[in-house]
Amino acid sequence: MSKSLAILGAGKLGITLGQLATKAGYSVFIAGSGAPDKIALTIKVLVPGATALTAEQAIEKSDIVILALPLGKYRSLPAAALEGKLVIDAMNYWWEVDGQDNELSNPSTSTSELIQACLPASRVVKALSHMGYHHLTDEAKPVGSAHRKAIAIAGDTKEDTDHVATLVDDLGFDPVYIGNLAKGKALEPGFPAFGANVDAKTLRELL
Amino acid sequence: MIRFGLDSFGDLPRNDKGKLMTHAEAIRQVIEEAVLADTLGIDVISLGEHHREDFAISSPETVLAGIATVTKNIKLASGVTVLSSDDPVRVFERFATVDALSNGRAQIILGRGSFTESFPLFGYDLQDYEILFEEKVALFAQILKEKPVTWEGTTRAALDNADIFPKTESGRIHTSIGVGGSPQSVIRAARYNFPLMLAVIGGSPERFAPYIELYKEAAKEYGTSSDEIGIHSPGFIAETDEEAVRIAWPAHKKNFDRIGKDRGWPPMTKEHFDQEVEHGSLYIGSPETVAQKMAATIKALGVNRFDLVYGGGPMPASARLKMIELYATKVIPRVRELIGE
Repeated sequence: MSKSLAILGAGKLGITLGQLATKAGYSVFIAGSGAPDKIALTIKVLVPGATALTAEQAIEKSDIVILALPLGKYRSLPAAALEGKLVIDAMNYWWEVDGQDNELSNPSTSTSELIQACLPASRVVKALSHMGYHHLTDEAKPVGSAHRKAIAIAGDTKEDTDHVATLVDDLGFDPVYIGNLAKGKALEPGFPAFGANVDAKTLRELL
Repeated sequence: MIRFGLDSFGDLPRNDKGKLMTHAEAIRQVIEEAVLADTLGIDVISLGEHHREDFAISSPETVLAGIATVTKNIKLASGVTVLSSDDPVRVFERFATVDALSNGRAQIILGRGSFTESFPLFGYDLQDYEILFEEKVALFAQILKEKPVTWEGTTRAALDNADIFPKTESGRIHTSIGVGGSPQSVIRAARYNFPLMLAVIGGSPERFAPYIELYKEAAKEYGTSSDEIGIHSPGFIAETDEEAVRIAWPAHKKNFDRIGKDRGWPPMTKEHFDQEVEHGSLYIGSPETVAQKMAATIKALGVNRFDLVYGGGPMPASARLKMIELYATKVIPRVRELIGE
């Protein structure tokens, strides 16, 4: 698989992941909510090496797409453009930003399953969602480093979760596979692993 | 010269008997602290706006008005005023009044706020979060010129050549934009030529250096230039590191966990706390420890204002007063020495 990555969302998380990915040698394409020139300066200064594009253009150029926008906007995701893509859901339901949403706060389904239902022709994997963005910046370390922190991955096929595991490793974290997409529920706000900035062993214990 | 400030949300402190103060007592406590800070020569006190049980200050400018008439030199700032859920005209009127009461010492830090309680409280829809701030900042930038304003938008009634009073004596209230890490907000501050206040409440402060670069780049693009870039971070100072941690840890944990409960964070561990004290954005320890850490941040980021958020969580009122004394008499002079002022 090529090392190209689209990030939808140019907020704190999208910027942070873009920084880690460019550092890891990926070609990074970032799309904000508006026209690319609205975020061009932000990307130029904060994520040198990455390119600001429209969502469709960014997706087209990449094999992996990270969703890093407010979860409340999931209904407006470009489903057609995302067809056939490996999509990483890094979003969380945040009532303060997303408003009260009964579908998103439904205790019986994970929000990643909702995203998968919304993008039936894409392969959705949940990852990079439980660690705060400032920890992502501060804790990224090369493979084999002492006290390297871990990122949990939940997805339905081994091929896809393996790809995501490689990305997570490249970004600077130990990948921890935790089960199918539904298992991603355990990473959501209100569950012990949410906010976890810990090593692989401790993360497994929290789960 | 670097400006050093204190910042409070009006957390409820404990009295001598260990009992939590009432909201009214907590507000009077802040006045006492501001008077002490003024006497000791601290540059500015900023008071944040919150609408929740754990913080007594929902109306910073009213508390600032109280402080205004019993202090002489200290600048009186909000930190922040949640402009999105307020009316820019009224915000100006209230701060211009504080400015009159204080002989020109009022300052405003506008922000979107990291809490959202004010939205339902005042009848605003969270879905309008972006547009409310964008429009109101634009309007506020016009109002600050203190000339009649003509304006039209979607978030309040239009203004047709409306003159707004009282006028200030200086002709301009010092107004900054507080940013928690949204690049769009950084650019917005530069676009309207507002000084930048970065709220850095966790993780390494150095990671904000690119945001300052972004602010400067954006200012170049818009042809603006502001004289102040500041940072706001939480801290606590006692005679020794051990004592500071002993007092701050339980109070900080209570604060963090209470907010975390609403947001789905797990409770704070001592390890996380220690890590923030050691490498992150908690300025906790003896005067020397805190001064070293502040100086390192100021050097790394090149900021010229540092507001230390004091008294987070249910802390003894006496410890808060002691902290202000140590901040003014030991930490600030030592930081100035360390950065070569």
